[in-house]
Amino acid sequence: MMANVGVEPRTQAAPSAGTSAGETPVPVVAEKPVRCAVRGVTKAFGTTPILRGVDLEIREGSFAVLVGSSGCGKSTLLRLVAGLEEADTGSLWLAGKDVTRLPPRDRDIAMVFQSYALYPHLTVKDNLAFGLKLRGTPAAEVASRIREASAMLGLDALLERLPKQLSGGQRQRVAMGRAIVRRPSIFLFDEPLSNLDAALRAEVRVEIRRLHDRLGATTLYVTHDQVEAMTLADTLWVMNKGLVEQKGAPLEVYERPCTRFVATFLGSPQMNMESGVLVTKDGATYAEGGGLSVKVDEDRFGSALTRGRKVEIGVRPHDFVPARSGAAACSLKVEIVEALGFEAFAHGWLRASGPRIIARLDAEEARRVKTGDTLPLAVDPTKVHLFDPETGRALDAE
Amino acid sequence: MNDAKPTRFEVVAVHGLLLLAVAFAVYPLLWVVALALSPAGMQGGALPLPKDPSLANFVRVLGGGGGEKAWLFATQTFNSLVVSLATAFMAVAIATPAAYALARFKFVGQRTGMRTLLATQMFPAVASAVPLYLLLDTLHLLDTRAGLVLVYASTAVPFAIFQLRGAFLSIPVDIEEAAMVDGATRTQAFLRVVLPAARPAIAVTALFAFMSAWNEFILAATILSRESAFTLPVVLQKFVGEHDAAWGPFAAGAILVSVPVMALFYVAQRQLVSGLTAGGVKG
Repeated sequence: MMANVGVEPRTQAAPSAGTSAGETPVPVVAEKPVRCAVRGVTKAFGTTPILRGVDLEIREGSFAVLVGSSGCGKSTLLRLVAGLEEADTGSLWLAGKDVTRLPPRDRDIAMVFQSYALYPHLTVKDNLAFGLKLRGTPAAEVASRIREASAMLGLDALLERLPKQLSGGQRQRVAMGRAIVRRPSIFLFDEPLSNLDAALRAEVRVEIRRLHDRLGATTLYVTHDQVEAMTLADTLWVMNKGLVEQKGAPLEVYERPCTRFVATFLGSPQMNMESGVLVTKDGATYAEGGGLSVKVDEDRFGSALTRGRKVEIGVRPHDFVPARSGAAACSLKVEIVEALGFEAFAHGWLRASGPRIIARLDAEEARRVKTGDTLPLAVDPTKVHLFDPETGRALDAE
Repeated sequence: MNDAKPTRFEVVAVHGLLLLAVAFAVYPLLWVVALALSPAGMQGGALPLPKDPSLANFVRVLGGGGGEKAWLFATQTFNSLVVSLATAFMAVAIATPAAYALARFKFVGQRTGMRTLLATQMFPAVASAVPLYLLLDTLHLLDTRAGLVLVYASTAVPFAIFQLRGAFLSIPVDIEEAAMVDGATRTQAFLRVVLPAARPAIAVTALFAFMSAWNEFILAATILSRESAFTLPVVLQKFVGEHDAAWGPFAAGAILVSVPVMALFYVAQRQLVSGLTAGGVKG
């Protein structure tokens, strides 16, 4: 599920520098990873509500990712935890202590900004040392922590440079280094990868998870990128319009989205949606509509399946498979095939007036499909998602 | 793409044009230099060529005649220097915190304050010469350097606030917030992060305030009547009297007065070429 390749088992609350992590020394972990809790927080800017009663609980040492489209309030929530914004109502707790009214400097947090926010007039070394010096850390300790962080992040050759002499990826690493040397009780990341190119983003993403597993510090990470969210999180918190819409382990959320928003937000290309109605055929329940007729998983939806009920039928592009004769759930009129080499996506529609539908094809299969073809497709009943058209909630989450 | 090499004709044309522009700008200056070097008057013609060149005009301006005049020019230079430095200092010292507040905080009267400051810039300084004279008279500050500094600061401060507010707005809030998360109070974040990042802008602002005070004539001539209290522009003007004009000493004086400003520009040019904030946040 996660990109925790090569993760060493970590011993928590070991306040001395370990040396067992292979090529680089393991810095001292956060004194003790703390629990972070957000209780009933609301926040409005002027008359615009941004957070509308958010509860969040991040257990000690876990990696929580807040994900949502832009404007959903995730960054505001992170800034509230940092102390850079004040909540209108509700409270924030770190390590069992109410920090709602504490200034950022008294919260023992470190934050990596989207813009990196390096101090432009200071060298990399002084950027790393800044927070430690402010807190009166002895010079020898400052030097040793910079050495550790620098070794971990490969900053040795950059220590005397100014931020303007660094590439985007290097600045990003310095920003992480600045957080690491502090040994905070919680790390906050505000979309730290969004200014990097795709290749570097993938690399740093793995690096961040690896660092987290080494340091064992509680981490709150904000992103709008679902790949980051899926690969980094221990717990995923999907936000929408100032509320937490769903939380859970990433795969759990992906496989059992509890609302239409979560279903369409996670997954690329996004989940296909068709309006339909529940019918009974041969003693089984089917969802039918818009050219689609799929058997649904009765164990999953249980008593929510009442005949004649209007539903939104959701099927991920990856869950369509070519149908054997007679078992097709639908026929896709192919408009275009996007071949990516290892797989392909067929775009088209089931009915001329219906919404656009995307189905994933194997690379081999895609070679045989061309524009104008009609493709019979089937879906495993356990892969069919049903939502209430009014509330948008999944039928199994009502 | 625009990376084609210019043709020979283009190169010649561009350089010819640039040479013309330089000549246009430098020609009057050459006249000043020639005048300053010609105590016996200039040769005729359009070319600025000195006749019997000597430094006699400079000696005369600098009080080479001996007696009490010998120290007068030095005193007047000192006046100019003190007044200009004090003006620059006041402008920066008052405008920096004010501009920061206007750039970063929301408070009652913020917009009105900005508009009022803008309004003060609409009036020429000379329009306030009479009220300023009366005010200084009441305060017994006529004919003093302190009085002149106050007068200059009254125009330099609003301008400096405008300039510095722009500079603070261009500094990303993120770096202040990073400093606060790192353990700084807002004051520390301001002093240790924002102020260093704004250093080029502050240097430019100080330089402008210094230069405007150094070059200002009308208010100085209004407020100062004692010869030993004069600043250099007033001194220069005295060379060109009602009945005769000592153009040679005037030109020599003009060159002497320009030297400090030129030196300042030379020293500050690294700060003037800004870009210190580049790279702190994504480029």
